[in-house]
Amino acid sequence: METDQNKNKSRRDFLITTTALAGGFASLFLLKPFKVLGGDTTDVVAAKDVKKLAGRPKEDHWFGFGFDNSLCIGCGSCAKACKAENNVPKEPFYFRTWVEQYVVKNDETIKVDSPNGAIDGLKQSVDDKEVFKAFFVPKTCNHCYKSPCTQVCPVGATFVSPEGVVLVDEKYCVGCGYCVQACPYGCRYIHPVKHTVDKCTLCYHRIMQGTAPACVDVCPTGARTYGDLRDKTGSLVMFIKNHKCRVLKPHLNTGSKLFYNDLAEEVR
Amino acid sequence: MENIEHLYRALSQVDGYIYPNEIELRWSILIVLYPFITGLVAGAFILASLNRVFNVKALKPTYEISLLAAFSFMCVATMPLIFHLGQPFRFYEIMMTPHLTSAMAIFGFVYLWYLMVVLLLEIYFDYRRDMVLWSNEKKGLLRIVYRMLTLGVYDVSPKAVKWDEKIGYFITVVGIPSAFMLHGYVGFIFGSVKANPWWNSVMMPVIFLFSAMVSGIALVLFLYMVITWIRKQKLDLECLDAIGKYLFYILIIDFTLESLDQIHRIYVAEESFDIISILTTKLFLTLTIGQVLLGTLVPLVTLGYFQFHKPKAIIRKVVYFTLSILVLIGIFCMRWNVVIGGQLFSKSFLGFTTYKTSFLGGEGLGIAIILLIIPFLILAFLLWFLPPWKKVHD
Repeated sequence: METDQNKNKSRRDFLITTTALAGGFASLFLLKPFKVLGGDTTDVVAAKDVKKLAGRPKEDHWFGFGFDNSLCIGCGSCAKACKAENNVPKEPFYFRTWVEQYVVKNDETIKVDSPNGAIDGLKQSVDDKEVFKAFFVPKTCNHCYKSPCTQVCPVGATFVSPEGVVLVDEKYCVGCGYCVQACPYGCRYIHPVKHTVDKCTLCYHRIMQGTAPACVDVCPTGARTYGDLRDKTGSLVMFIKNHKCRVLKPHLNTGSKLFYNDLAEEVR
Repeated sequence: MENIEHLYRALSQVDGYIYPNEIELRWSILIVLYPFITGLVAGAFILASLNRVFNVKALKPTYEISLLAAFSFMCVATMPLIFHLGQPFRFYEIMMTPHLTSAMAIFGFVYLWYLMVVLLLEIYFDYRRDMVLWSNEKKGLLRIVYRMLTLGVYDVSPKAVKWDEKIGYFITVVGIPSAFMLHGYVGFIFGSVKANPWWNSVMMPVIFLFSAMVSGIALVLFLYMVITWIRKQKLDLECLDAIGKYLFYILIIDFTLESLDQIHRIYVAEESFDIISILTTKLFLTLTIGQVLLGTLVPLVTLGYFQFHKPKAIIRKVVYFTLSILVLIGIFCMRWNVVIGGQLFSKSFLGFTTYKTSFLGGEGLGIAIILLIIPFLILAFLLWFLPPWKKVHD
């Protein structure tokens, strides 16, 4: 028969063993996964490469976009160039950038359209007599610096780069779609082949070489500009200085860095 | 390349204007299942806690059923989430390298805490003595398994059993706020999305919590009746009435909170109000009929009537059984209305997309049904392996 002392000892041993096991298991979470598993580390390095690619101290750049709606003619060259430059799937459900056509009718109703993201150009579908006003609005990622999409990513696969560009590490993204839900501007989609999230990178591979993003490059009217918000004499800062610029959905406080000139009140 | 035929169909059915990336609903029926199943876990556990912590003796016959049901559903709670991922084999990253500002990342830890610390431990301490006794009675593999599950503590002296009881009580006390946290947190995952006005509400965690309790209580009511019938035993009417009473109270709170949320939306009529008004008409079947009428008003009125007048036993049994199913359907509809409803309208507030569930496919109805059946199979196994009716009671 067991003595009381033995019973206590067995109970104590049990508590010590379970605590040690639980502690050991919990401590695993403090370590980086690939170090624990001893496997490939490329996924972790990918995000770090951003700084390497930049090649300059992070304080140097803080990129953003400037779109002048008064100059946009809805030709869709930007959307077309973006798909070609960035291998965006051709189907009409996946866009890194697109152009919307707004028509405010005399009866105060609003008709908005963007067939195939305006890649094939936009044509007026409302009779002239009914039109009160009409205009085009180019859309893309706002590269917010208080970005709700990066906030919600459960693994940190999407992040704001040191240069202020919102990027996705596709080798790390789990494809949960939480960021798609969190983006107020509808700028993200799940790539049908990669099954990870995809979005505008502000043509990061181009701007870090000093070349303009594809959409900016091809715009025939110069409606799109981009630039470094820390460069006080740069094109973007001058664009903001010389126009009465606004951002989309300012009440959401996302820190949008896509500045619009001539942004009509009707635009969402 | 995934099959995108359905997207062309959806494109032709777009009503008004939606952003071009919004045609596909990102979160499908599997994400409807996720808060539904998690809610059942939290609700069932809270009912078990009522019995233990607040000593509601009438609920005694349902205590172990509640615990085992909570555990069975908890086992599959994350499955819909994992199946839904674009990269399901990377799911462990959420636990290994969590991004701490993400509500979804922290949920993994809330889940683990609840599963490992609360549910498993509570079941262990509740069954330890019985497992020791059963290991002595059984032979072969079953004996070994029971012995292993006792974790080497074979002491069944009254003093040891009293300790089990004390620790179990303590875990339940910790478990109640944990259950609150578990499902309140699920509500926060939706409620904190400021881009979506249908979700973005500070009330969301509280509404999710109370609706979870409603669904969990209804589940236990349903299970208790089915299990008793299968075992050809007599239903404890006092127990049924007690569950009915708690279901009634919690339903009142749940209905009040949800009404308050809607009344607030209607009264303040923010920018999104127009599109949300149209959304509620589009959700007529699942919102007005499923959630409000069948899932809430019918049970409320019936249970309210029972509080003043109790009809004959047979009528009560039939009504309780029917109500438990209605409430479960109603809460499923509520999850549907939140998850699917919240993605039907565009964030441009100018139009709607459509959603049709297909039976086949990784995110189809077939998988959803399988995921809903699995917990019942787990429960059936657990009831055979750890039969509450064979436990030794003091």
